[in-house]
Amino acid sequence: MGETEFAVIGGGLVGMAVAFGLQREGRRVTVFDEGDVAYRASRGNFGLVWVQGKGVGMPDYARWSRLSAALWPELAAELQEDTGLDLELRQPGGFDICLTEEGLAAAAARLDTLHTQLDGDYPFEVLGHNRLREMLPAIGPQVAGAIYGPEDGHTNPLVLLRALTTAFTRRGGAIENGAPVRDIEPQSSGFRIGSDPGWRAEKVVLCAGLGNAQLAPMVGMHAPVKPNRGQVLICERVKPFLPYPTAQIRQVGEGAVQIGDSKEDVGFDDGTTPQVMAAIAKRAVRIFPLLENLRVVRAWGALRVMSPDGHPIYDQSRRHPGAYLVTCHSGVTLAASHALRLAPWIAGGAPPVPYLETFGAERFAVSPPA
Amino acid sequence: MPNDSRFRRLPDPGRRAVAIVFDGRAVQAREGDSVAAAILAAGIAVTRRTPVSGAPRGPYCMMGVCFDCLVEIDGMPNCQACMVEVREGMRVRLMAGARGPGADLQGSKADD
Ligand SMILES: Cc1cc2nc3c(=O)[nH]c(=O)nc-3n(C[C@H](O)[C@H](O)[C@H](O)COP(=O)(O)OP(=O)(O)OC[C@H]3O[C@@H](n4cnc5c(N)ncnc54)[C@H](O)[C@@H]3O)c2cc1C
Ligand code: FES
Repeated sequence: MGETEFAVIGGGLVGMAVAFGLQREGRRVTVFDEGDVAYRASRGNFGLVWVQGKGVGMPDYARWSRLSAALWPELAAELQEDTGLDLELRQPGGFDICLTEEGLAAAAARLDTLHTQLDGDYPFEVLGHNRLREMLPAIGPQVAGAIYGPEDGHTNPLVLLRALTTAFTRRGGAIENGAPVRDIEPQSSGFRIGSDPGWRAEKVVLCAGLGNAQLAPMVGMHAPVKPNRGQVLICERVKPFLPYPTAQIRQVGEGAVQIGDSKEDVGFDDGTTPQVMAAIAKRAVRIFPLLENLRVVRAWGALRVMSPDGHPIYDQSRRHPGAYLVTCHSGVTLAASHALRLAPWIAGGAPPVPYLETFGAERFAVSPPA
Repeated sequence: MPNDSRFRRLPDPGRRAVAIVFDGRAVQAREGDSVAAAILAAGIAVTRRTPVSGAPRGPYCMMGVCFDCLVEIDGMPNCQACMVEVREGMRVRLMAGARGPGADLQGSKADD
């Protein structure tokens, strides 16, 4: 039987950020990851470190996302120092491009509401076609405008995952690969992870993405997360033409163009479909007509980990103290908050922000079964 | 034309000769050759420089999967030389780094 202080279940971006953060606090951590058969949003996402629009309906989520964006340079620098890997972090601000006037007005109205809810501390700019063209000369004539968020940016999410994993193991963390956890049993002190004999852990942190839905009830918690598919296209490498990330299209560090993405409710199906890929490509060409001749070299589908309101769930079990739940839809954006703020709390520190409880799963409370 | 290619053609008198140009140099190909085969048979090893480090590359897998054989063909950048058949008068150029994103920024017209 193996023993560990913290068992982190799930080795995606959320699990590795938390595990790295715990290890950084001097804790003994073992990560259990299901393996290559698992659904992994962390390997199929869009790489945005994104603030604008997050937190509509929950201003604390806007605060938390902004905190993470502000902490990102520190995380990137630390990971680069630990591992030598360049995370390609760029935070020049970003654009949410709107093809219609109505779309632009609606986006502006949403951010206006947030701006008011946050007492005016929420930077963004609404740009019409001509002003946008000055910053992004490549836009097409059909673009109505965009919202500019000065705190938005992007990174290479695969390098991020690799850097977190490398830094974690270099600091003494252990990873059990190909280790799906099917059972967690609370014991008089600590938890048994896996079936007999399994592992003994003093504490357990559920970071299993979509797997959390099944695991949470084993430790008295509730994780109503569901899959939502996004398809993404990658074009061949080209000379730099897009100095800012946009919510729809970004040019990655080495020149490839990533085009996203769809939002589809198709259950546990992470495939691609020609119709959706064509629609994504068509929209991209309307935004930047010069993309028309580029070759698409790869495409994939990946499943988002969505809670009912789209906001993160951070919780600790009341019934079984020592069990935690961490899950969110924006695991790239929130990697810095997770590693540098949430993990120290899980390690036993004070809540990192006064509003942490807002993210509890109680907000989805269902009436108890009769 | 003598060359120092490591590849030697099988005797195959049935196939017509096709003349193409690689970076201004005349290359004798045979009908049915892929551009990559014709270039390799002519002793040319480097067909592109990578966008990231500028390292030299040439055709490798010859079956469309490695993308190391990218060249510009008749003005169209990033063509897989192993997947395109030679045509009389075809103008092929070394693919030097990343292409431009749009038609206006594509590699210069293949006239050396
Ligand atoms: C198309 C798309 C675009 C996106 N774009 C962005 C973006 O631009 N910016 C952003 O911030 N976020 C983006 N996201 C979201 C981001 O990718 C996710 O929030 C993040 O990857 C979630 O990480 P995770 O570790 O919770 O989940 P996952 O990556 O799904 O990882 C879960 C892990 O848990 C493991 N696991 C599951 N069950 C078990 C079990 N029982 N036992 C052991 N291990 C288990 C699996 O092996 C897996 O490795 C995007 C997502 C998608 C799909
Ligand atoms: S040689 Fe590999 S793709 Fe052409």
